[in-house]
Amino acid sequence: MKKIVIILVVFFLAIVSAVLFLRTNETQQPLTVQLKEKYSKKHIPSVDHSKFTSLQKNFAHPQEVTEACITCHTERHKEVMKSNHWNWEREEYVKGRGIIHIGKKNAINNFCIGVEGNEQSCAKCHVGFGMTEALSGYTDSTNIDCLVCHDNSETYAKGSEMGGAPDPGVDLAKVAQNVGKPKRTNCGVCHFFGGGGNNVKHGDLEKAMFEPSKEVDVHMASEGVNMSCVDCHTSENHMMKGKMYSLSSMNRNRSSCEQCHTESPHEASILNEHTLKVACQTCHIPVYAKVNATKTEWDWSTAGQLKNGEPFEIDDKDGNHTYLSIKGSFTWGKSLKPEYIWFNGTADHYLLGDTVSDTSKVLKINTLNGSYSDPESKIIPVKVHRAKQPYDPVTKMLIQPKLFADKKGEGALWKDFDWVRASDIGMTEVGLPFSGKYTFINTEMTWPVNHMVSTRELTVNCIECHSRNESRLAGLTDFYMPARDYSSIIDSSGKWIVILSILGVFLHGGVRIFSASKRRKGN
Amino acid sequence: MSFYMVEFAYSLHQKGEREIKMRKQVYIYRSFERFWHWTQAFLIFFLAATGFEVHGSFVFFGYQNAVEYHNVAAYAFIILIAFAIFWHFSTGEWKQYLPTFSNIKAQINFYLVGIFSNAPHPTKKTVLSKLNPLQRLVYFALKVLVIPVMVISGLLYMFYRYPQKGGMAGLNLDSVEPIALFHTAGAFALIAFIVVHLYLITTGHKPTTNLKAMITGYEEIEEDDTEKTAAPKEETKAETIEK
Repeated sequence: MKKIVIILVVFFLAIVSAVLFLRTNETQQPLTVQLKEKYSKKHIPSVDHSKFTSLQKNFAHPQEVTEACITCHTERHKEVMKSNHWNWEREEYVKGRGIIHIGKKNAINNFCIGVEGNEQSCAKCHVGFGMTEALSGYTDSTNIDCLVCHDNSETYAKGSEMGGAPDPGVDLAKVAQNVGKPKRTNCGVCHFFGGGGNNVKHGDLEKAMFEPSKEVDVHMASEGVNMSCVDCHTSENHMMKGKMYSLSSMNRNRSSCEQCHTESPHEASILNEHTLKVACQTCHIPVYAKVNATKTEWDWSTAGQLKNGEPFEIDDKDGNHTYLSIKGSFTWGKSLKPEYIWFNGTADHYLLGDTVSDTSKVLKINTLNGSYSDPESKIIPVKVHRAKQPYDPVTKMLIQPKLFADKKGEGALWKDFDWVRASDIGMTEVGLPFSGKYTFINTEMTWPVNHMVSTRELTVNCIECHSRNESRLAGLTDFYMPARDYSSIIDSSGKWIVILSILGVFLHGGVRIFSASKRRKGN
Repeated sequence: MSFYMVEFAYSLHQKGEREIKMRKQVYIYRSFERFWHWTQAFLIFFLAATGFEVHGSFVFFGYQNAVEYHNVAAYAFIILIAFAIFWHFSTGEWKQYLPTFSNIKAQINFYLVGIFSNAPHPTKKTVLSKLNPLQRLVYFALKVLVIPVMVISGLLYMFYRYPQKGGMAGLNLDSVEPIALFHTAGAFALIAFIVVHLYLITTGHKPTTNLKAMITGYEEIEEDDTEKTAAPKEETKAETIEK
């Protein structure tokens, strides 16, 4: 019998230790090492553009540079003119709407509201020149701005309010001879300053990403792997991978962590199980706007106040505008914890002309679809930008005002501060009616947070979500999550059963002791 | 209170002294049974500690550790249960847990009244009948209800499939919630059981009688001529069971 027991014990321990051993022995991660090697390699260009005679001349117009580019890269301009960097719109299918064309060109947002009517100023971030009017009919390929993306000399800059033309001080020959693969500066000059200032829109894309530390972004850290934007946002025929759901609608052509890291990159299988329902970003981007603040609220309703007839601005101690006469009041936030939503890769948008009757609810400018029960959905971190923006209470439409003009008297809000006139001109320009009345309604935009990935040590802990009171996922109530959720009936009745058992035991024991001593005294 | 404790212990001691001559050492818990009992006890405590951390009741091991330890302990427990089931059936010991309602009233009366006046246990402990009617009932409920609920809900908890893609939609469960709630309810039931169980250990002939028996395997049992109880050697006992 003893032998059997010993055999059983040994067998039992062997199984337990085998389980433990197999669990911990998965600790090999050559993938990250391989990736580090791959992306640390310096890109060596195959040609030196300064040796081309066609680029060794004084260019009078930027269009001449483009012509020179096309003489060798004979088909590239066609690719660019198909891209959304050029068209500022994509063809998208939205459930319930059908096929729509949406992009910067016609979309409405809750920052500067929209491009239409303001092209000359907005074109500072368009990959073309000469955008003085509406984008449609804009088909001259020599207007492509190759340099804004391919300048490697870091001397190219677009002029302000010049329809996308370069600043007159730029040495076009020098830039043309120093073109190459896009660097962070090429992308960042627009994408870090969207919304009219550093980090205004995204929160996770800002000038600190030009030279970030490891704490700010583990991939782009200058002292680390030092990756550039196009390492992840790869392109094929000038079509970039990845897009932002402020403008996109379909689950396609997304840039993802998994494209390098696979869907199960963790040592612990318990963590890999999470990737089914939780996006990488959710745990690996614990905070965003790590270095500089991002705009979280924008109240257009206070715009137009003047001091001695002149517009003015109020800044906070970090130099962020908290009030601008032309734009209204702002709230900023730094080192923000993201909000979390379910997202399946598809989105819907408020489109110009949509009517909104119930203004008691916050209007979602973009709606990211998803839910727990949707197999395609994962939890993602987002920045939510909240605003009060102009709305026509009669036509029930959001108003696209004319904001920008060169000078006073043209009806632009930023010069004349007249909401009615700016709204009238703006809505006419987009071909929609305006009743002459305006008010302001609450709107929300959802911006997925994908950048500023932290180092492994700073990753979100289990208990930041699996927690009773302070769960990061407190807002996602459509599923049961261990530690956060419980049944108050089961928990309180369970507690009472245990408490009553303990009390009963002590009472019973007490009476036993008492009666025993009594008996002894009786003896 | 401490005064009473001393008095109590002394009185029990005296009682033991008085009656010892009529009692005999009997090998009542065999080695596998003791191994099973104590391993199970340890695992239940460990599973409770890690489990309630997973439940969010407190922080001790660290959440990920708690989950992983809980899973490993759960596998260990399942293996132990498999061996225990085999043992119970191969030895015929499973019959010990068949509920009986005869004497149940007397047993309840003993715990509510008799125990305070030093009345004798209403049921005699023998090798063939180690458990009193209440124990039979409670252990039976544990074996057919609580433990299966814990094992089944626990396995479902581990292998629960979220609503996911991949062509096996039939296996997907809409929510882990009912699984988790059954598992939690079972955990509370087990804790309440342990509280009472730990206390009832002290209601043996002496406060330490039952504990000693579960450690050494031997217990002093009243001799009874009508029933064959004493079987100090395993071989003898095995024969008895086979008969």
